[in-house]
Amino acid sequence: MTTENGYMKALKCRECGREYPLTANHVCEYDFGPLEVAYDYDLIRKSFNRKTIESRAQSMWRYRELLPVATEPTVGLQVGHTPLIKADRLAKRLGIRELWIKNDTVNYPTLSFKDRVVSVALSRSKELGYKTVACASTGNLANSVAANAASAGLRAFVFIPADLEQGKIVNSLVYGPEVIGIKGHYDEVNRLCAEIAGKYGWAFVNVNMRPYYAEGSKSMGFEIAEQMGWKLPQHTVVPMASGSLLTKIHKSYQEFAKLGIVESSGYKIHGAQASGCSPITVAHKAGLDFFKPVKPDTIAKSLAIGTPADGFYALKVMKETQGHGDDVTDDEIREGIRLLAEYEGIFAETAGGVTVGVAKKLIANGRIPKDDSAVLCITGNGLKTLDAVVGHVGNTKEIRPSLREFEALLSAEEKASA
Amino acid sequence: MAITVRIPTPLRKLTNNEELVEINASNVGEAINELQSRYPGIQERLVDESGEIRRFVNVYVNEEDIRFLQNKETALKDNDEISIIPAIAGG
Repeated sequence: MTTENGYMKALKCRECGREYPLTANHVCEYDFGPLEVAYDYDLIRKSFNRKTIESRAQSMWRYRELLPVATEPTVGLQVGHTPLIKADRLAKRLGIRELWIKNDTVNYPTLSFKDRVVSVALSRSKELGYKTVACASTGNLANSVAANAASAGLRAFVFIPADLEQGKIVNSLVYGPEVIGIKGHYDEVNRLCAEIAGKYGWAFVNVNMRPYYAEGSKSMGFEIAEQMGWKLPQHTVVPMASGSLLTKIHKSYQEFAKLGIVESSGYKIHGAQASGCSPITVAHKAGLDFFKPVKPDTIAKSLAIGTPADGFYALKVMKETQGHGDDVTDDEIREGIRLLAEYEGIFAETAGGVTVGVAKKLIANGRIPKDDSAVLCITGNGLKTLDAVVGHVGNTKEIRPSLREFEALLSAEEKASA
Repeated sequence: MAITVRIPTPLRKLTNNEELVEINASNVGEAINELQSRYPGIQERLVDESGEIRRFVNVYVNEEDIRFLQNKETALKDNDEISIIPAIAGG
């Protein structure tokens, strides 16, 4: 039924279209354009439809034909299929008819969407014979590579900015990889990793394995479409660091439409950034199709990429789908985290605060019309970025174990709120 | 002025697999010209038709992105190091 490469045909340069073999390689040697996996859609169409998908286990791998592994996946078989929640209370608060939360704060096993991309990258790395995997990370990816490599028996090197949140550092160390803290911001980590990847024969998930890795993000979009009842949402709000997730959600919607799995309908994809690191939204608002790199300064460290690899393509997607891009301050990010927690009971990390904050702005200014329906992509768990909210979410009220003190406290509170 | 240039993997076919190349140049633009005279064909990989550094090529002088310096006019001094790095990585 399938060839030695499964449903994949080649790696193809997004800029010039030159094709390359399906190895660990991310760059076209002619114009440095990104390589992307090309699929045999005619072959996929023969057996892949709603029925086949519905017959499979509830994980991201139910869309296996559209994910870049040659044989069956071997790492992260339980990843994905996170809840899509109808967020009625938050919808009312933000003033929109219908709001959905795609909740990757509970993705398995490391509580962020990165388990999706890592599951693909490590499965493919094993197919290609690699024993050592590595990544450049703002934290969530490091956690995921560390955990998934541990369970797959692979050696892992994770490179992170040395000043990351404690939660993210401990959440990598515990799995026993080599954790290298770089004294610098993420863009510097990234540059170093590009150099290391050129020198060592490792599978760097977001460098030489990036064409495979990035495809894993499509599963978030496939799930949204399926969980919406095989429909594409009118609006999808996506946080942007490199911009890769946003471009891949767009690709997932396009692929489902192309294969006839959903009806092709007009949808808008909106990008969200933190004002302290907003090269993509600033360029979008200025009507430019290229961005100017920045030096990040934001509490949303998981989005703090000043030189976003897919910034150019993210701008294109927002433009093509008539979506918008906007950014929010650190205070608005914390407010976004609280809104999601207080109205829906979901504790997201700072990137989630960015997404909620930007959605609030876009609804308020009519870019997302109040009679429409929107999906917010919430990509990581708040327990990992406690540092960002400590001191901003109130304090415990301490009393001695005495009923009298409790009643005094309660009546004081009732008076205060009266 | 002796400048070291780090050549990324995708370009090493043009530099006979040399990873480090020593050249003389007083700014980044000159350095690219100098590379071209030594390794014909390398310029068009780095620079587009309008003479600008390609969208997916990042150039660093001593670890700083030249877009935070003076782009191709960024001055070079003895012992500076230029790194040419594919922009598509990370995230």
